[in-house]
Amino acid sequence: MHQISDVCQTMNESHNELFQMKTRRDFIKISALGLGAAALTAGASKMGMGFPLLGSENEPGSEENTLRRVPTYCEVCFWKCAGWAHVTEDGNIIKITGNDDDPQCNGRLCPRGTGGVGMFNDPDRLKTPLIRVVKDGEQTYREASWEEALSLIASKMSDLRSKYGPESMALFMHGAPGTHFSHLLKAYGTLNLAAPSFAQCRGPRDVGFEATFGESVSSPEVTDIRDTRCLVLIGSHIGENMHNGQVQEMSQAIDNGAVIITVDPRLSTAASKSKYWLPIKPSTDIALLLSWIHVLIYDDLYNKEYVSTYAEGFDELKAYVKKFTPEWAYGITTLKPDLIRNTAREMANAAPSVIIHPGRHAAWYGDDVQRSRAMAILNALLGSWGNRGGFFFKEGIKLPEFPHPEYPKPAWTWKDLLNGKYPMANEAPTNLVIESSIPTGDQEAKIKGWIVAGTNLISAIPLKEELSKAMQSLELLVVVDTMPMEITGYADVVLPECTYLERYDDIRATSHREPTLCLRMPAVEAKNQTKPAWWIAKQLGERLGLGAYFNYTDFSEVLDWQLKQVGSSLDEMKRIGVKKLSRESSPYLEPGTSHTFKTASGKIQLYSHELAEAGFDPLPAFTKHPEPEEGFYRLIYGRAPMHTFSRTANNPNLVALMPENSVWINPQVAKIWGIKKDQYVWLKNQDGAVSNFAVKVRITERIRWDSVYIVHGFGHHHKPLHFAYGRGVNDTELITNVMMDPIMGGTGMRGNFITFLTEDPGKEVEA
Amino acid sequence: MRYAMAIDTKKCVGCSDCVIACQTENNVPLGFCRDWVTETVDGTYPNVSIELRSERCNHCDNSPCVRCCPTGASHIEDGGIVLVTQNKCIGCGACIQACPYEARYSHPDGYVDKCTFCIHRVRKGDKPACVAVCPTRCMYFGDLEDPNSEITNVLKNRKFKALAPEAGTNPQIYYLI
Amino acid sequence: MKEELFVSGRNIPNIDPYLNIWHWQIPVYLFLGGLAAGILFFAALFTIMGKEKEMPAAVRTAPIIAPIALILGLFALFLDLKHKLFFWQLYTTIRIESPMSWGAWVLMAITPLSMLWVASYVKELVPGWNWKYRLLENFETFIIKYRLWMAWMIIVLSVILGIYTGILLSAFNARPLWNTSILGPLFLVSGMSTGAATILLMSKSKEERRTMSWIDLLLIVVEIFFITHLIMGMKAGSQVQIDAVSLFLGGQFTVSFWVFVILLGLVFPAILEIVERLGYHIPVVIPVVLILLGGLMFRFIMVEAGQITRYLY
Ligand SMILES: Nc1nc2c(c(=O)[nH]1)N[C@H]1C(S)=C(S)[C@@H](COP(=O)(O)OP(=O)(O)OC[C@H]3O[C@@H](n4cnc5c(=O)[nH]c(N)nc54)[C@H](O)[C@@H]3O)O[C@H]1N2
Ligand SMILES: Nc1nc2c(c(=O)[nH]1)N[C@H]1C(S)=C(S)[C@@H](COP(=O)(O)OP(=O)(O)OC[C@H]3O[C@@H](n4cnc5c(=O)[nH]c(N)nc54)[C@H](O)[C@@H]3O)O[C@H]1N2
Ligand code: SF4
Ligand code: SF4
Ligand code: SF4
Ligand code: SF4
Ligand code: SF4
Ligand SMILES: [Mo]
Repeated sequence: MHQISDVCQTMNESHNELFQMKTRRDFIKISALGLGAAALTAGASKMGMGFPLLGSENEPGSEENTLRRVPTYCEVCFWKCAGWAHVTEDGNIIKITGNDDDPQCNGRLCPRGTGGVGMFNDPDRLKTPLIRVVKDGEQTYREASWEEALSLIASKMSDLRSKYGPESMALFMHGAPGTHFSHLLKAYGTLNLAAPSFAQCRGPRDVGFEATFGESVSSPEVTDIRDTRCLVLIGSHIGENMHNGQVQEMSQAIDNGAVIITVDPRLSTAASKSKYWLPIKPSTDIALLLSWIHVLIYDDLYNKEYVSTYAEGFDELKAYVKKFTPEWAYGITTLKPDLIRNTAREMANAAPSVIIHPGRHAAWYGDDVQRSRAMAILNALLGSWGNRGGFFFKEGIKLPEFPHPEYPKPAWTWKDLLNGKYPMANEAPTNLVIESSIPTGDQEAKIKGWIVAGTNLISAIPLKEELSKAMQSLELLVVVDTMPMEITGYADVVLPECTYLERYDDIRATSHREPTLCLRMPAVEAKNQTKPAWWIAKQLGERLGLGAYFNYTDFSEVLDWQLKQVGSSLDEMKRIGVKKLSRESSPYLEPGTSHTFKTASGKIQLYSHELAEAGFDPLPAFTKHPEPEEGFYRLIYGRAPMHTFSRTANNPNLVALMPENSVWINPQVAKIWGIKKDQYVWLKNQDGAVSNFAVKVRITERIRWDSVYIVHGFGHHHKPLHFAYGRGVNDTELITNVMMDPIMGGTGMRGNFITFLTEDPGKEVEA
Repeated sequence: MRYAMAIDTKKCVGCSDCVIACQTENNVPLGFCRDWVTETVDGTYPNVSIELRSERCNHCDNSPCVRCCPTGASHIEDGGIVLVTQNKCIGCGACIQACPYEARYSHPDGYVDKCTFCIHRVRKGDKPACVAVCPTRCMYFGDLEDPNSEITNVLKNRKFKALAPEAGTNPQIYYLI
Repeated sequence: MKEELFVSGRNIPNIDPYLNIWHWQIPVYLFLGGLAAGILFFAALFTIMGKEKEMPAAVRTAPIIAPIALILGLFALFLDLKHKLFFWQLYTTIRIESPMSWGAWVLMAITPLSMLWVASYVKELVPGWNWKYRLLENFETFIIKYRLWMAWMIIVLSVILGIYTGILLSAFNARPLWNTSILGPLFLVSGMSTGAATILLMSKSKEERRTMSWIDLLLIVVEIFFITHLIMGMKAGSQVQIDAVSLFLGGQFTVSFWVFVILLGLVFPAILEIVERLGYHIPVVIPVVLILLGGLMFRFIMVEAGQITRYLY
């Protein structure tokens, strides 16, 4: 009794503390708490003095036999490769390897997955729940017990529910924790659930392909790369974009002698492996695509049988692309007409075993659905969808949901916030939810509280001002993360999740070439006071009176129940990690049989009625985009194989491989500016936004003279990230011009231009 | 037996998985490495080429590091694997100077360390950790004296080169070009 | 433009961006070894020639320096080892192909010999010295009797030691700057020259000084000849060697090499000695100190610069 009243008391106190900050939510560096990291020495290894008394005979790996192997799937990116955590007797995870039975990784993790140990060992990890308080007039965090933090959040959520309705809560999520909090919020009564993987990532591509084939390419993509004869990469930089299965298959394709055609203003790694590299002028891809379509049709290279059997709108398309000759495209793209014709011919030669890869991160120039449409149309003309070496039909297995009461029906959802905008958004654009969290004039904001789980909005969303206004206006901001990333500094309550290596999550039930099941289970006990997302969601649910939705004590019960419904069990999965099931349908179109595409008419939409009805171009149009002014260069960004966005920026193992990003500058440009290799410069964009930190220069012929390139995910300004702080530059802070895709709300980010500052602009960095 | 490695520069994407896999497999302290990846860029935009190479000790047939070692700590195991016995090594650094590939480093614990061709795995019939992890499967490891081994075949069918052959060490890591 | 980089961020302490694994200990070790070799060589040489009387400093006084230099040198080497408590592993095997190994063994042999040598003269050097123990007195008599034998052993070992100080470096083909067979003789001569200079400094006899200064002059000339040979050979060598020697010809070691090693360490002391010979009085310490510093500097530069030179990257 005594204890409970104590807790209630402190809870009320913190509740009050929290209320004082309704108007202004300062960014707080969590290090104010002295939670700072352990020593930052060169290595985790003890620095030897050179005076050991007896050296051990060098028999590396002799401990191997005592290692335990625990199944998991990787959470360092969203490819979710299945693997094994290798655990020593004293509970240390020493390495992670791939599961041979997993078709997504074939026993081989990518460098980030192999480096997943660094996520577990990172000394900077969040350790306890934190609550924002005011101390001596300043906002700061104090450590809190789970009991206190959870009760505080639950009481605040109850308040919001009674004041504004449950719909006023929104969830931002990415990755595994998302599903647990989705369940919680659906039970609570809201469907305002958004992930950056839609509007900032694959949304435009998915909408474009759905409009054409009635189906998206999914994740993992249904691209049959391993059997292709021609792979066309338009910006997609596989090899740097380290999505494992695709990288492996691209290598197989190289072995098989497939022709690779890469369209990229930068000599990407993939471009360097390609038979044809088309060094396109950035932002002009649609022109190239239209002229390819022109060549296929007017040089009579397209797959007539396929088109007449499965597609509709060909005549409109043919008439439309008549004027888009390679000569026309040359003037726009700077690509020679011959090159355009030859590459079109290569595709046609390989058809239907050809893939015009739709890419994944497609939020480039605001006309991205249309670019994706053009790629989809090209695929249709070549007959690649549904054919070996093109796109296969996926097959998966659906696990039944663990029994729970039906979710309440919300009074409104994010769709009601659209007001006619983004008619084809089929997932909530994060930007929409953010905008709806800002009061306008005397209008209260519709959204009042956020849970953020597994996304670092600060570096994922290019809308700095909106984001900050929204966060100022919220009545509750809860961040669930493993690391003190920037977003945690804005939270009212920070909840430390344990890493994927220390927890159960949902079964990975993949739809791909074959259905697979895959288990993630704790390899070791969770460090410090960290907890898994399922536990946090359940605890909150119970405190919100939603206990019926969490009718289990441990998540393993849910998994066991689900697995048993499909003829497996938790015990079996603990042993094997991955279970492959055989498919029942054919992965390819069967010759001579009809196929109904999932479009309204059942046919591939070369001409999109759906788009026309929504008031958009039914056939993709090329729009000219602004070009950099004198002294400015287009900022393009991408991935490095050793890092995932910002989530690995502090991973000690991966930091050792790549501690910072660099800005790629063409030698000619460097010469004009007198910039030397490895020099550090600051970047300033067209709107005057200046990078927080200086970035190292890489002078390289791999980049055009009108563009610069940086790898996304660096330039962290949150001091508690000891390895990441101040290393490199953050592209997001230089993306102030966002080109919205009117069709689905994608945030095109490549319309920004930067110039160099060779002297310290003396910018003050938060934190 | 003569173990060797061949690495296909046409497939390597420079992801450095081989580096981190080696690090976790062999408990290489952070900040050190037994293997590493280099990139050479040649040409002028847009006529540019890249060569990516995963490098490590070449387990040279004519290994100066072994010859110069005053204690016999550096030695050649069966199959031509060049190894360092930790508790024989005095840390004099001679072998580090002797290696034209900068393939050795001084371990924080005092002894000299380098690629072992993952002999502890190879003896069990496994592939070295770097080879086993490489997502592009661009690395081949095996016995050159076995006419049927994968590596023998791949070297038979492809053009290849080795690094700094002029150093006269007869390196046994081959790069398929 | 050609661009070369490490994709996987290599930054190993003392290896990257360029090798720096041997620090001050090694040049000091080489210098002291060469110095001791030089001194002992002349002590043995004049003994064998029967010139003990004429060359008292060379035979008796200067050798006191030798064991001290050898022990200090060995200690410097010891300091350089990173796995120190395994030091004894040096003496569990003889590795014919490893200069480091036979260096260790030569030192093992010559250091006690040099001590015995000094011991055999201790009564002449320190009047009233008394060994206190009968056994030691007997032993002294014994070694005095076999001094000539010792001299023969020492002369062989000192030449080996002197050459060894050069071969220790030149055995490393991987360092293009060191990769020349001239280093052995060059370091031998340089060591002898420092030895001769030391004797010169310690000598009180005019005659002896004259002889030693002649010898020194000769050695300097030979040394300059060898260095020229080294540079010419490198310049005619492979690209890596051309790159290597360019460190001295416009590269980052140009000034230190030409000013401190060649001018101040060789040419200037040679001129001073010639001037002295022509009858002008020059305080002997000036050329001697210059030669010693030049010799030390030379080893520092060779060790430092050599490590920078490489085949790859
Ligand atoms: N400027 C710019 N913006 C971009 C992109 C770009 O290239 N440039 N890329 C866009 C794309 S394609 C995408 S998909 C998005 C990605 O955007 P995000 O998914 O937001 O990516 P991260 O920055 O990695 O943020 C992931 C967050 O999850 C946390 N986290 C990691 N593991 C766990 C866990 O197990 N549990 C919990 N609770 N948290 C965890 C990390 O600490 C980090 O704070 O960004 C988009 N935004
Ligand atoms: N290692 C690693 N791999 C990852 C991720 C990661 O964080 N790290 N994230 C994963 C995720 S969520 C995503 S969405 C994917 C993203 O991976 P992709 O879809 O492959 O990447 P994009 O960001 O679309 O493309 C980046 C490439 O586009 C080029 N580019 C820039 N502007 C233009 C242009 O105007 N036209 C053309 N044709 N090309 C242009 C750039 O030079 C760069 O090579 O990567 C996935 N894989
Ligand atoms: S691709 Fe790499 S980071 Fe992504 S899930 Fe697989 S192993 Fe992990
Ligand atoms: S793992 Fe393979 S592809 Fe990646 S860098 Fe190493 S050798 Fe190249
Ligand atoms: S690469 Fe270097 S360390 Fe390896 S065997 Fe050759 S010389 Fe020795
Ligand atoms: S450092 Fe060790 S392995 Fe290398 S030469 Fe010296 S004793 Fe031999
Ligand atoms: S063979 Fe083993 S020790 Fe050598 S680089 Fe590969 S993983 Fe490292
Ligand atoms: Mo993404």
